Amino acid sequence: MLTALIFMLGLGAVCGLILSVASKVFYVYEDPRIAEVESALAGANCGGCGFAGCSAAAVAVVSGQASPGVCIVGGPESAAKVAAIMGMDPGSAQAPVSQNECLGGFRADDKYFYNGVGSCRALSLVYGGKRTCRVGCMGLGDCIKACAFDAVHMGPDGYPVVDEVKCVGCGACEKACPKSIITVRTMSDRLLHFNQEDDPLAPCQQTCPAEINIPKYISQIREGDYEGAVHTIRERNPLLLTCGRVCPHPCENYCRRGIEDDEAVSINQLKRFVADYEMNSGKRIPIPCAPDTGKKVAVIGGGPAGLTCAYFLRRLGHDVTIFDMMPKLGGMVRYGIPEYRLPKEVLQWEIDGILGLGVKTQLNVKLGTDFTINSLIASGYEAVFLGIGAWKDYSLGVEGENLEGCYTGIDFLTRFARKQQGDSKENIYIGKKCAVVGGGNTAIDCVRTLIRLGAEEVSIVYRRTRKEMPANEVEIIAAEHEGVKFHFLAAPVKVIGDENGRVSQLEYLKMELGEPDASGRRRPVPVEGSETRLDIDMLVTAIGQGPDVSFTDEGKRIRDLNITRWKTIDNDPEVLQANIPYIFTGGDAATGASLVVEAIGGGRRAARSIHRYLSGEEVAPVTKSLRKKHIPESLFEMVPGVKKTKRTPMPELPVEDRIRSFAESDLVIQEQDALSESNRCLSCCRLCYNKDA
Amino acid sequence: MGEYILLALSCILINNILLAQYLGNCPFLGTSKKMETAVGMAMAVVFVLVLAGVITWVVDAYMLKKFGLEYLRTIAFILVIASLVQFVEMFLKKSIPALYAGLGIFLPLITTNCAVMGVCLININEEYTFMQALVASFSYASGFGLALILFAGVRERILLARVPKPLQDTSIGLITAGILSLAFLAFKGMV
Ligand SMILES: Cc1cc2nc3c(=O)[nH]c(=O)nc-3n(C[C@H](O)[C@H](O)[C@H](O)COP(=O)(O)OP(=O)(O)OC[C@H]3O[C@@H](n4cnc5c(N)ncnc54)[C@H](O)[C@@H]3O)c2cc1C
Ligand code: SF4
Repeated sequence: MLTALIFMLGLGAVCGLILSVASKVFYVYEDPRIAEVESALAGANCGGCGFAGCSAAAVAVVSGQASPGVCIVGGPESAAKVAAIMGMDPGSAQAPVSQNECLGGFRADDKYFYNGVGSCRALSLVYGGKRTCRVGCMGLGDCIKACAFDAVHMGPDGYPVVDEVKCVGCGACEKACPKSIITVRTMSDRLLHFNQEDDPLAPCQQTCPAEINIPKYISQIREGDYEGAVHTIRERNPLLLTCGRVCPHPCENYCRRGIEDDEAVSINQLKRFVADYEMNSGKRIPIPCAPDTGKKVAVIGGGPAGLTCAYFLRRLGHDVTIFDMMPKLGGMVRYGIPEYRLPKEVLQWEIDGILGLGVKTQLNVKLGTDFTINSLIASGYEAVFLGIGAWKDYSLGVEGENLEGCYTGIDFLTRFARKQQGDSKENIYIGKKCAVVGGGNTAIDCVRTLIRLGAEEVSIVYRRTRKEMPANEVEIIAAEHEGVKFHFLAAPVKVIGDENGRVSQLEYLKMELGEPDASGRRRPVPVEGSETRLDIDMLVTAIGQGPDVSFTDEGKRIRDLNITRWKTIDNDPEVLQANIPYIFTGGDAATGASLVVEAIGGGRRAARSIHRYLSGEEVAPVTKSLRKKHIPESLFEMVPGVKKTKRTPMPELPVEDRIRSFAESDLVIQEQDALSESNRCLSCCRLCYNKDA
Repeated sequence: MGEYILLALSCILINNILLAQYLGNCPFLGTSKKMETAVGMAMAVVFVLVLAGVITWVVDAYMLKKFGLEYLRTIAFILVIASLVQFVEMFLKKSIPALYAGLGIFLPLITTNCAVMGVCLININEEYTFMQALVASFSYASGFGLALILFAGVRERILLARVPKPLQDTSIGLITAGILSLAFLAFKGMV
């Protein structure tokens, strides 16, 4: 008996001794949080979390591979404890939540009929699943079986629905789903997602340069969840009030409702409706931001591109400062687009929302004059976004264009906007008979502004025909209603002055359309001897604009920045990084004069690259990036089974009222109209759509 | 030499630890859902079993037998195996991190594996010599790996098949294990 006792004691002592010596000798530094996290787990060593035991799970949590909710035995209590140790709040912005992207369900067509298999994973091995859609949900609910928290259930329409309150973001459903339909993402991941070839995307969402989830926000409007709709739009586009007013909505051209002779859903008016709803409710919907990272980024230019980039970087937790040469932010949207299209009070409300997230500003400072990129880098900014827009008017290149009474488009609009907004007291000359050369948005904005300023006769002189005018269609129609005269197929050749050196006539050549050129547009060719003169006392040339890249003259390093033939800043179109690695660029400065949504898309894309750059990851392009290309299978010739309905018309101020003032001319639609318009949406995805809408 | 080959064959096929001795059922069912996990587990078992078999043989021969304490065998082995696994884990983590990354997560699961304990006790009961114990331990472990990997392959296939609801998952797993075991029965009488 005694021997046994002594033996066991001895053996125990030896083992203990060896182990304690070993733990000293073979000590490997381990994050102390691992032990803490392990003690907060249930300790059942069951492996139900997918890791080999509790300590492996703890390691995974601390290294960020697993979420605080990993322990399926411990449940929500353990999740809360672990989250506290990791300094995360499980309900906070950064907690990952599961989301289902596929709304096909029962409405999706079947490729074959087979009910032998009870699991999605198995079914997906047989010809990729039984549904015609390659990426869609198969509806057998592997995700539901995988969820230990009862947060996923099969919805009435045959696709899983996630209960966000119960979801702890453990990722089990994502692992179980063979199609990546159900994904678990943190807010940052979601904000930085770009359209990919395998995503479940409606044609409109593929077209939108900002990649807004259009069917989702429309369905939220349909359900009366206006806040949710605003939130959905803000995941992609922080300037919804602005876009809701001025966006030419390329998405609507691809709307499935618009195929055949039905009318497209009024996507943009719905956006404006919810955006105005938020503003008029007098209360801002809170926008969550990730925890601070302490990294400093400089955004140069506070136009749509710069504001968007700053907004996303701020939401990702970075410390952002916007530098702008003008006294107020907004860029062309403030100083180009006139008051009657976008009231500056509305714009200011929107910008205040972005600044309210903690974005800092430095106004009235010009890159190249007041500061340089080198000075920014020297003061601790780790990356720079260049969103300086396109502010330099092209000149017509004809004799006499510098006579008194001649202006260029951006210059005229900006000077007037500054005066109207009280930034300057300058007197602006307005003629009686004015001509504006050009066919873009700038030209139309000039003529409509001139009419409102009391010009008696305003005409547009454009080289091509109405069909080729790049301006937004609604703008052209509005200008026609407001009494603007159009001279199409007219190419100015000379500006003639009177004896005082003031402009008195514009001479132009008539043109006719010739053979189509490389871009498919038919080139206008001059008709011999067709010189015509137009009596005028003011001329505005608005034939396009490009970026002002004179700042590259300053400083040694910046001279190496690649500039394209078109004087835009050269970048990699997929990641928007310039040839100097810490410089990123987007918006008009990179693309040449374009659209607000385009600048917004660019701002977000650059934010993704900058975020990767700052976190030390490779600035790699999005895999299987779609970037405004369309998924061929999602473009239809016809949409059988859909009852045609009329689109809600846009309410406008009557012409007599609007040409006398700068009051906003396009109005917002009423709530009941918004609801009925939202019901017209077919909630499309790649292949399926709701036929009964 | 021939004797060792016979011993190895009988340990791997005829007296397969999983399918003939029915030991270690819990990792057999638990880690056989995915091929990857099964392979990792198999390697870890080979590693630990060889070490445990040898060390317990030494403990038994030079301590227990010497002091006539054979009745303490089970408890002494438990202590030795558990400490051994812990020690090996620490050692690998520091010295061979690559191996640790591959096997490490399975090691703690083996601490309480009855197949390991079983083999150690068999070695003693059969009164193997040191060399025989070494070969037997390695062979039993290989047999374990063989059965586990075969089984994992079958289970991956089963996912595709139509299984009635009440029989899904573990139930069908057990039935499959039974059939596999019957198949191994055919090796009886080979040696
Ligand atoms: C008259 C007009 C009407 C338009 N109408 C429409 C429309 O209806 N719909 C539509 O979608 N798009 C329209 N556009 C196009 C749209 O406004 C632009 O595509 C968009 O504003 C581009 O955004 P951005 O951020 O790239 O540049 P911008 O908006 O031009 O902003 C650039 C910013 O950089 C600042 N900046 C420039 N240089 C420097 C420097 N050196 N240092 C510091 N700061 C600098 C500027 O002050 C400005 O704030 C219109 C454009 C014009 C000119
Ligand atoms: S019907 Fe709705 S989802 Fe379909 S393309 Fe039009 S707006 Fe997008």
